Amino acid sequence: MEIVCIGLSHKTAPIEIREKFAIGDSHLGEVSAMLSKMEGMQEAVVVSTCNRVEYYAAAEDGARAMRLLESFAEERARQSPGTALFRHRGDEGIRHLFRVASGLDSMVLGETEILGQVKKAYSAAQTGGATSRCLNKLFQRAFNVAKEVRTQTGITRGAVSVGSVAVELAEKIFGKLDHCNVMILGAGETAEMTAKSLQSRGAKAIFVSNRTFERAAALAESLGGRAIHFDRWDAEFAEIDILIGSTGAPHAVVPKQKLEPLMALRPDRPLFCIDLAVPRDFEASVNDLDGVYLYDIDSLQENANEGLRVRQAELGRCEQIIDGHVQEFSGWLAAPVPNFNAPRLKA
Amino acid sequence: MERAFLLASTVCFFFGFAYTMYALGARLLRPSRWSLTIMSVGFVLQTGFLHLRGQIVGRCPLTNLFEVLVFLCWAILLLYFVVGGTYRLSLLGAFTAPLVFLLQTLAQLLPSAGYPPIAKPSAGFWPELHAALALISYGAFALSCVAGVMYLVQERLLKKHRLNSFFHSLPPIADLSIALQRVMLAGFVLLSAGLFSGLMAGSPSFYKATVIVSAFVWAPYGILLVLRWRRVFSPRRFAWMAVGAFVLALSTLGALNYLHISR
Repeated sequence: MEIVCIGLSHKTAPIEIREKFAIGDSHLGEVSAMLSKMEGMQEAVVVSTCNRVEYYAAAEDGARAMRLLESFAEERARQSPGTALFRHRGDEGIRHLFRVASGLDSMVLGETEILGQVKKAYSAAQTGGATSRCLNKLFQRAFNVAKEVRTQTGITRGAVSVGSVAVELAEKIFGKLDHCNVMILGAGETAEMTAKSLQSRGAKAIFVSNRTFERAAALAESLGGRAIHFDRWDAEFAEIDILIGSTGAPHAVVPKQKLEPLMALRPDRPLFCIDLAVPRDFEASVNDLDGVYLYDIDSLQENANEGLRVRQAELGRCEQIIDGHVQEFSGWLAAPVPNFNAPRLKA
Repeated sequence: MERAFLLASTVCFFFGFAYTMYALGARLLRPSRWSLTIMSVGFVLQTGFLHLRGQIVGRCPLTNLFEVLVFLCWAILLLYFVVGGTYRLSLLGAFTAPLVFLLQTLAQLLPSAGYPPIAKPSAGFWPELHAALALISYGAFALSCVAGVMYLVQERLLKKHRLNSFFHSLPPIADLSIALQRVMLAGFVLLSAGLFSGLMAGSPSFYKATVIVSAFVWAPYGILLVLRWRRVFSPRRFAWMAVGAFVLALSTLGALNYLHISR
């Protein structure tokens, strides 16, 4: 039995092509079942996400199965994938699935969402009766490999975008964010995205303060928060845990001199300041205040880059783990299938 | 026989300590089942030592500084097993391992470690309860010190924008601050109970002196907790004070040993 895999991903095809080949979640099981019933094909699983469409199959004749998969994909999309299609057979097919499940082939290196998507695709194929001994074993192994890669290396460690770095920092300061109030000064797009990231992690309330009150009101509405007049933002300060600066002011709107007395009123409540503005909204010396943690756009970006570097540095260790499992799985695949119906030899 | 138990437990703590150092170097500092197992085995062996020692001396084995330090290490681990899980701060174990290893090694280097254990008549229920409770409270204060150190490290990394492996492994400062306060409060309650039992011990001057020494530890911790409850100072200052207060508490062990020798 041989494992084969063909497909397109963000690495080989732009979105205009990928969307033509994409298969909706509700059809994954049905398509997998259809493939597995084709002559010369024993088992099949189709994985389709926004970044990839991949067909996995187990067949006695790998070359033939690959041709079948290619023509099926082409027919379904009503266009030729051309050079956008990648093809893997044998160990390379196995390795590819292990890498995909571990997030090593993802657009954001080490992301974990893909594992859930692969699990969902496998489950749909299994329910549709499209999998059996080989692919069941292969996918179960892929899930174990992904878990091992995640726990034994630092591939998921660190945040790799400005928004996720901000969320990570907030969580390291406050723990859970469900009791945190966020205030945005200004109405910049990055501030809005950062606030949304914080909100998605449970941030309790959002306040928006802008020189143009209408813009503040519009942003507050889109975030489900409350708008505040710019000259009165410090009146709400006692309740704020995360302060995001994104005004277009030519000078610092939060100088140390202003923040110091406000912080003295809340000595046991830390303040996380995210400065996304250029020129900066916070005086750098604000970071010297007890309980204040100031990060500007450069330091957030630098940490996002560092996060990516850390993940890239872990790639070698991940590949090592995967290599071991590929060899082990190939050995299992090559071994003769035990025949439990064969007559037993008497001693 | 009991020495073998102690030695074996020290070896376990050494491995726990070495694992922490390795994990720090390899940037893999995270709660580990292996580390927890080795510390648990060390704790069981340590309990075996204290049990056998107690049988030999015929009382709670707190007859010299060596035994006191071993008992303190045992109390630290006991509280860690209770508190670490409760506050989901398993990493506290990684920081506890070096402290326990160093304290227990220090205990074995003391001159009193070489003295053969001598059976002594029991000091009575209240004095022994006083000593045991006081030392368990010291264990809680040690853990609050460990949580304080973890807080200060994490806080500094946040201030300096150094989001390294340490930063990712350490818990949020808010969680550390809460754990620190609760463990310190637990220690304070235990020490209060210890003081009460010391007062119940009667009037001999030795017990009076030990109660006074304990009160020297009890009072600063009480003031610290009240000030924190009144939100007088920041969590960072509180963490520094937790570390300082434990150094003070440790130094009283020397005073207690002096009292014991001069008795």
